[in-house]
Amino acid sequence: MILQFHSVSEFIAMGNHGFYVWLAYGLTLVILGWNLLQPLFERKRLVKEQAQRQRREKKHAPKA
Amino acid sequence: MWQWLVRLYHRLGSPKWFYDITEKWIPWLAVLSGLGMLAGLVLGLLYAPVDYQQGNSYRIMFIHVPAAILAQSAYIMMAVAGAIFLIWKMKMAAWVAKVLAPIGASFCLIALLTGAIWGKPTWGAWWVWDARLTSMLLLLFLYVGVMAITMAMDNEDSGFKAAAILALVGVVNIPIIKYSVQWWNTLHQPASLKLTEKPSMHIDMLIPLLIMILSTYLLFALLVILRTRNEILRNERKSKWVQERLVR
Repeated sequence: MILQFHSVSEFIAMGNHGFYVWLAYGLTLVILGWNLLQPLFERKRLVKEQAQRQRREKKHAPKA
Repeated sequence: MWQWLVRLYHRLGSPKWFYDITEKWIPWLAVLSGLGMLAGLVLGLLYAPVDYQQGNSYRIMFIHVPAAILAQSAYIMMAVAGAIFLIWKMKMAAWVAKVLAPIGASFCLIALLTGAIWGKPTWGAWWVWDARLTSMLLLLFLYVGVMAITMAMDNEDSGFKAAAILALVGVVNIPIIKYSVQWWNTLHQPASLKLTEKPSMHIDMLIPLLIMILSTYLLFALLVILRTRNEILRNERKSKWVQERLVR
């Protein structure tokens, strides 16, 4: 296994294919990032709603 | 053996069991897929040799191939889950099928986009109406169709049923995608990896690719689990066990 690039600028340039390589990796990162964040935000929202619902029910419950 | 299978089936059908067991899996899946992708990308982007024909543009392969594999695997899983729902009316199967559609569609979109970007320097065109590309585009439409049908029905149950039927019919497309590069004269290169043959790729390209495929499967499992747990919370919110776990 040999390192294929001798400098950072050479790595970014990807031998004139830098635009294509980094565009492909960038779009993938955006799509996968959204896929990871969406369920985390959704869970936060569901937990919050559930807490509100349970609080409301407690308040309106007839006192024993 | 049979009893063990029956027990596993009943457990998988239980939202509570799934919710509790996956709680322990989430950190492991996150760490393993993250480290795997980091290793695969370092090896693939920095150490894998340059392709003698395509130059560095071929490095798109390390995301393109895993995404394309997952797009097809997820579709088959979605159809199987749909069939389980149709036959045994298992609610969990319907929820898993529902969450698989946007995840599979995302991987399919990644495969199409990275393929188009790879095509430009390699073939000189972003898009060609080639059999492989066209059948992958059809796969994306099938995913979108399944998502739309699931949401379109007033009755949730009939939405799941119609989506499952569409998913099952669409399975025909999977062998078409697989054999498209053999049946038709296409621009798309033939499969780089085959289960039955020794790979023609350089070992230093093959290892990062295999690491990326494995890590992408782990990430996929994580995404399916996260979304299915949300589906469980939404549908079982009135049950006592959900209330116990959410508000302490």
